[in-house]
Amino acid sequence: MPHNAWAIPGLALLAYALIVFFGRRFGERAAFIPIIALGGSFVLAVINLLAVIGGATAEVRFDWLHLGERTITMGYRVGPVEAVVLFMVTLVSLMVLLFSKGYMHGDAKFNRFFANVTLFITGMLLLVIADNFLLFLVAWEVMGLCSYLLIGHWFEDLDNAKAAMKAFLTTRLGDVGLMLGVWMLFLATGSFRFDEITKEISKGQMDVAFLTLAALALFSGAVGKSAQVPLHIWLPDAMAGPTPVSALIHAATMVAAGVFLVARSFPIFQAAPDAMLTVAVIGAITALMAALIATVQTDIKKSLAYSTVSQLGFMMLALGVGGFAAGIFHLLTHAFFKALLFLGSGSVIHAAHTQEMHKMGGLFRKLPVTGATFIIGTLALAGIPPLAGFFSKDEILLEAFHFERAPILFWMAVFAAFLTAYYMTRSVILTFFGKPRDHHVYDHAHESPPIMALPLLILAVPAVFAGLAGAPFAGSWLQHFIDPHVHLPEPSGFVQNVAIGVSVAGIVVAFLIYQVGILNRQAAIRVLKPVYVLFKQKFYFDHVAMGIVAVTVAISRFVATVDKWVVDGLVNGLGWFVFQMGQGARRFAAGSAQAYAMVMALAIAVGLFVYQAMGG
Amino acid sequence: MISIPLTYFLAAGAALFGLGLYGALRRTNIITVLMCIELMLNAVNINFITFSRYITSTGSQVTGQVFSVFIMAVGAAEVAVGLAIILAWVRRRQQVNINEINNLRG
Repeated sequence: MPHNAWAIPGLALLAYALIVFFGRRFGERAAFIPIIALGGSFVLAVINLLAVIGGATAEVRFDWLHLGERTITMGYRVGPVEAVVLFMVTLVSLMVLLFSKGYMHGDAKFNRFFANVTLFITGMLLLVIADNFLLFLVAWEVMGLCSYLLIGHWFEDLDNAKAAMKAFLTTRLGDVGLMLGVWMLFLATGSFRFDEITKEISKGQMDVAFLTLAALALFSGAVGKSAQVPLHIWLPDAMAGPTPVSALIHAATMVAAGVFLVARSFPIFQAAPDAMLTVAVIGAITALMAALIATVQTDIKKSLAYSTVSQLGFMMLALGVGGFAAGIFHLLTHAFFKALLFLGSGSVIHAAHTQEMHKMGGLFRKLPVTGATFIIGTLALAGIPPLAGFFSKDEILLEAFHFERAPILFWMAVFAAFLTAYYMTRSVILTFFGKPRDHHVYDHAHESPPIMALPLLILAVPAVFAGLAGAPFAGSWLQHFIDPHVHLPEPSGFVQNVAIGVSVAGIVVAFLIYQVGILNRQAAIRVLKPVYVLFKQKFYFDHVAMGIVAVTVAISRFVATVDKWVVDGLVNGLGWFVFQMGQGARRFAAGSAQAYAMVMALAIAVGLFVYQAMGG
Repeated sequence: MISIPLTYFLAAGAALFGLGLYGALRRTNIITVLMCIELMLNAVNINFITFSRYITSTGSQVTGQVFSVFIMAVGAAEVAVGLAIILAWVRRRQQVNINEINNLRG
């Protein structure tokens, strides 16, 4: 029954409360509190999904605030999109929690970690079912906070604390736009509810320029949260957090919230074609640029982080070109295989105690389960049929192919898809194959305990099969389910061939370079030095951002100086003046009755004299 | 009838008042100060009686003289209270210097 959907985040919240108040008593067994709760949430989500497939939907709301004539409601809504995303989030969360139980074993802040993750999951689930922007914003901020706390989980290392701060501030920059957008829409429509806003807009009486502005403001929130260019700089640094966090928050769910936001407010974007185009262009640029950077990363997690940024770009591109269903489809499949990849990388890090891929190599023999599942995730991400990523990416490419306003977006996406296959294969070969480059690492490597291996195996299942739900030969069931009025783009054999072609090409090229050793990498780097440095320096986005920060700090310092010397000076000066006046006046109150009498007598004498002088 | 001019009386009153004022403001012995205040009251009395006499040459107005009687009565009361206060003070502090009475110093 979808009407029970409130219990899905409710259980997570309950688990959070329990772990905060009683977690200490259980030690590391406290991890089972959220695991059991999320298990319950997952079962509920499955029941919900089945009910929604059966045609049921739920909308529950109550009056929250009466402001003058307006009534603001709170409530939740479970339709097809919500149901599938709930299913995905609960499943991935559950797997990540299981994995964390093993990964975080022995951590000094074990309980705090689980509490924060649980609160995060609550936020994400709440965000998915929220039926209005206010609740959406609350959940959005809860996630932002938890993201900050979890990136900075090991805050003893200053770099981690800085990364947390960077993530928080960068996303905050986008959030300002989001709040502005919500406010604009409230002014224009008088409601925070998605359905009412949609209804107002569908009347077609609103100014397109205004809508474009509002949509772009909303989009800036999505740019921050979903790490799109130019606010993508926080996501790679966010890998400072524990790896399960990277898997859950910074790959599968929270970063998808930005995409979800655009999907949520899709009618607004549809009413503003220029905003749509912006989304598509930003998405394509992000997809391509992040993929280019990913090709030169040596840190296994950083490489995956840029891959995430790139894939989020794909989703934005899909939404921007009008492919609502394609975007959500890719969001789902990506969540599964990216969570799988991140957990796999966590397993590798757990075994190798390093994140540098150049120190790994040959680990497949030591980590067969991790290796096998990681390869499945890689193939899914690279878009090899019939794995999950193939169908969703194909759908996006198809949407982009039919987008006539900017044909170049299609080719950018194709190139990004080629690079995706390339850098993922590169990661796999560097990590699992070839000769061990660091014998110390190799000798100490060992397969992870079952509690960590199990989530990998479970996640590998949707990574393989999730795509079939939206496969063309299955009648694109998922797309029709998500959006009953969907206009599927005309299938194109050309696009499909290109998609498969670039995926295979990417894998082959990486295989030739890293496994066969067809060309001398050092020589290649020397020849391509400027390009290599450009990628290595991440297109200098961080430098520009730091420059902007430096300017801001300089202005702030100036303002602080003015505040300190001019404003404070004025206030303190006034105080000083009054104080001095008081000091002077003190002398008159010497406590001597004779002095008082003297003054009195003089005053009377003067008064009389004046009275006389003025003519009586 | 030869009469002493008004000015003489007023001058005598003013001189007496001045003496009293000076003493009240400048002397340090608190008892002297009290005496000087009495002096000022009496200077005022002289003025009252003088004006009473000169304004009412017909001899039927006695307001000024009545006033001076009142002032004497009030002055006596004032001395009684004032001396009591001073006595209490002196007993407490064992001294009569008015400059030491500055408890209200700001």
